[in-house]
Amino acid sequence: MSTRGKVTGIVANLVTIEVDGPVGQNEICYIDYLGTKLMAEVIKIGGKNAYVQVFESTRGLFVGCTAEFTGHMLEVTLGPGMLSRNYDGLQNNLNTMDGTFLQRGQYTAALDDTTLWEFKPLAKVNDIVQSADWLGEVTEGWINHKVMVPFTFAGTGTIKSIAPAGTYKVHDTIAVVTDSEGVERKLDMTMKWPVKIEVRTYENKPRPFKIFETGIRCIDAINPMVEGGTGFIPGPFGCGKTVLQHLLAKHAEADLIIVVACGERANEVVEIFTEFPELDDPRTGRKLMERTIIICNTSNMPVAAREASVYTGMTIAEYYRAMGLKILLLADSTSRWAQALREMSNRMEELPGPDAFPMDLPAIISNFYSRAGYVNLRNGTTGSITFIGTVSPAGGNLKEPVTESTKKAARAFYALAQSRADSKRYPAIDPIDSYSKYLEYAEVVEYFDKALEKGWVDKVLKMKDMLLRGKEARDQINILGDDGVPVEYHITFNKAEIIDFIILQQDAFDTIDQSTSLDRQRYMVNKVLDIGATAFAFDNFDEISAYFKKVINLLKQMNYQEYKSETFGSFEKELEKLLSERRKAA
Amino acid sequence: MKTKAFQRIYTRIENITKATCTVLADGVANEEMAYVDSRPAQVVKIAGNRITLQVFPGTQGIATNAEVVFMGKPPTVTVSDAMRGRFFNAYGQPIDGGPAIEGEEREIGGPSVNPVRRKQPSELIATGIAGIDLNNTLVTGQKIPFFADPDQPYNIVMADVALRAKADIIILGGMGMPHDDYLYYKTLFDNAGALDRIISFMNTTDNPPVERLLVPDMCLTTAEYFAVEKNAKVLVLLTDMTLFADALAIVSNRMDQIPSKDSMPGSLYSDLAKIYEKAVQFPDGGSITIIAVTTLSGGDITHAIPDNTGYITEGQLYLRRDTDIGKVIIDPFRSLSRLKQLVIGKKSRKDHPQVMNAGVRLYADAANAKTKLENGFDLSDYDKRALDFAHEYSRELLAIDVNIDVDKMLDTSWALMGKYFSKDEVGIKQEFMDKHWAGK
Repeated sequence: MSTRGKVTGIVANLVTIEVDGPVGQNEICYIDYLGTKLMAEVIKIGGKNAYVQVFESTRGLFVGCTAEFTGHMLEVTLGPGMLSRNYDGLQNNLNTMDGTFLQRGQYTAALDDTTLWEFKPLAKVNDIVQSADWLGEVTEGWINHKVMVPFTFAGTGTIKSIAPAGTYKVHDTIAVVTDSEGVERKLDMTMKWPVKIEVRTYENKPRPFKIFETGIRCIDAINPMVEGGTGFIPGPFGCGKTVLQHLLAKHAEADLIIVVACGERANEVVEIFTEFPELDDPRTGRKLMERTIIICNTSNMPVAAREASVYTGMTIAEYYRAMGLKILLLADSTSRWAQALREMSNRMEELPGPDAFPMDLPAIISNFYSRAGYVNLRNGTTGSITFIGTVSPAGGNLKEPVTESTKKAARAFYALAQSRADSKRYPAIDPIDSYSKYLEYAEVVEYFDKALEKGWVDKVLKMKDMLLRGKEARDQINILGDDGVPVEYHITFNKAEIIDFIILQQDAFDTIDQSTSLDRQRYMVNKVLDIGATAFAFDNFDEISAYFKKVINLLKQMNYQEYKSETFGSFEKELEKLLSERRKAA
Repeated sequence: MKTKAFQRIYTRIENITKATCTVLADGVANEEMAYVDSRPAQVVKIAGNRITLQVFPGTQGIATNAEVVFMGKPPTVTVSDAMRGRFFNAYGQPIDGGPAIEGEEREIGGPSVNPVRRKQPSELIATGIAGIDLNNTLVTGQKIPFFADPDQPYNIVMADVALRAKADIIILGGMGMPHDDYLYYKTLFDNAGALDRIISFMNTTDNPPVERLLVPDMCLTTAEYFAVEKNAKVLVLLTDMTLFADALAIVSNRMDQIPSKDSMPGSLYSDLAKIYEKAVQFPDGGSITIIAVTTLSGGDITHAIPDNTGYITEGQLYLRRDTDIGKVIIDPFRSLSRLKQLVIGKKSRKDHPQVMNAGVRLYADAANAKTKLENGFDLSDYDKRALDFAHEYSRELLAIDVNIDVDKMLDTSWALMGKYFSKDEVGIKQEFMDKHWAGK
């Protein structure tokens, strides 16, 4: 018999329940409020009292309400039919809910159990299998969705029977497996997994090395992301964090995008709901929504479910990774998740850490980031989860606990700068403050050498140096005045401006410029570096700015043209002519 | 307050702080309303039979044997069409001497809208103020605050917006509003003959501060009634949200909660989001738009209240005194409406986005020229023209006393650009130049 209990105390969404039997930390229970079941999670146990955080409003709840414990932690249901869905933080399907308003106690199924799936077996009778092994596949949209042995399956088993090719519903038995105890277990296309526990069914997790193409130049060409890498984007409000995440979702080269809208504005999610079904995925020609799953827990939805939402997103990502897919997981914003942790810690009267956040915040954040990664699966294929989270630092101050803890966990840092946003230099990623640790990886350097160009990373570093020198030159010019510095300072500054305007800045609203292929980036970076290496002849500072404005304009026009098209070529010719006018004779 | 037969009455108060008291009682529901010695109160914490109540008017003079009566329901507001033109206090009771409202009693602070049932906002709300309509266009379903210092005339601007906005219903929520400002609003609405579409919930400075906590939910529950049941375009004005947040801090402090940044409760973001996120565009045409006031301390937007607000709202509006024209203007540089892209050039004339950008850019050139002048440099001919342009632009368009429609704003912009600049200096797409250019 499952453990039961009675409510003895309530403060906001923290409820104390006196239990009559064993309860587990993080166990899920349902509180019966006049017939409505409210889902809650155990977050502390003291003697006979279980402290639970309720995933719903606790209005009206009273002492004496009964609760029933389920014996398991917060789980998601995994199986075909998750693609293109809009879930809340607890994986309820938002589209199948009744009414305009979210009613508490309304839980909807994650998977549709009436859809027929075209199943093809991949394993055969007498195969020895273990958790996450592929039994068969169904076509989910455009993804070959593998039907796997449940992740919870312990040890090895032998396939006693497997369903022949045909159409099945998710809960139809598709295989019978005899486990190591000799028990026959019927398997269908679904499984459950507790979200707060990492899925570790892969062979190993090597250091990531493959470049993850985003089409955004200031990421790819300056601080590249890798497949299975982690990054974060902090920035004050109004710097374009959300726009940048939307761009990543639109253009990144991934099989599947999972967007976790965690405690942010509902109208921004509505924008995804409205636009993604209309926008084309440039690579497949399909609609963007067909490769997207949205986990939506906006700021006005219950706080505890907000905390769960990032884990729900990560677990779904891990499930698809086990099929050998390349997943991009985006979370906007992880600060709201941390704030949810703070609210609960506060109600439990725990001793606070900095800014009243829980003391173990850095550990929680780093555990979460470590679930991303590039993995070798047992069957020789690979899969990856690339995770990029945004951080909303209080007061725009990067020295606050969430930013600092995330900095320790994530390997790439894309700092959005207010000054760049103010001067409309978008994306507003500051090239000097930002970094990508992956540039230090020997594997990454080698991969670039082979896949793009020998010595590529050196070129990237050279660009960064030029940007830094340009900034120093500008500071000197600002202090000493235009004519107080050598002419060379103006040239150095303007060369950095070329990188800024041509490589860093990108027009998100232009159909061509909004996403740039790696090959095109290579071409333009070489172009810009060539100009950087050129010695120019100028006697007077006042000619320099006008000249470089012309150079920048021509390069910019090239960015707006189809790569290597006729117009692209003609702008390039014009540029060469302009450059030769001022090139110093060697 | 009259007690009724079925109500449970308790008299064993164990503990009293400035804002809360703890009473021994059974069968009490979380967030239930109660009266402590006839003062409205709400259940905020239950530990066994120890019930902690937040007493809205404060606990001065309450004795340990005072009567505590539980109402068996959370705070409610009675909604009906008869609310139009009426003034209420924070509990939804009339304060204008009129009769009590009869209608449907609704719990305040109800559930949120399912995000998949929302519609993307797409309707422009004209206010007649060019600093808003032209440069920072508002959209139905949007939430946006004025960030203003206490000495700025934000309540006057709000009143103007309320009277001019093309909304079906306007709901004004006053929190800690100076009594004088309350009278100003009342007289203004009376005289304008606009009362039949205005509903006000008022907590003035002479009311207890904790009562303010009820005001936004009162306004928004009423707004939901009109937006959902009547498909009305509802505009909710909340002033001043900083005083609302201060009241949150008072209560959390009395409940011994650990404060986070700037002595604000750790849940400030969620508390504010719960209010602002009620702004919504419904598919059936009804909408709730929220314009709020957040007063700043010395223009500091890194303080927890404006900072959290900025992360929640869809832009912000700044007021600034332009000493050149001696008027208050909407600051075109720091103000931002994040949703304007959804309507400008679509619901307004096609040249709107380009004219808006050109105008602000030329105004920025004037600001640079001004800096140059102040630093003792010589001005070029362009600089001088930019300064003249800015002066007129500020007076004719940015000033808050401007009241014209959007087409007229665009025409005025074209006229000013034509007066001071040449064609190649404004940088507007050729097709619009051909159609609208008013200069040489």
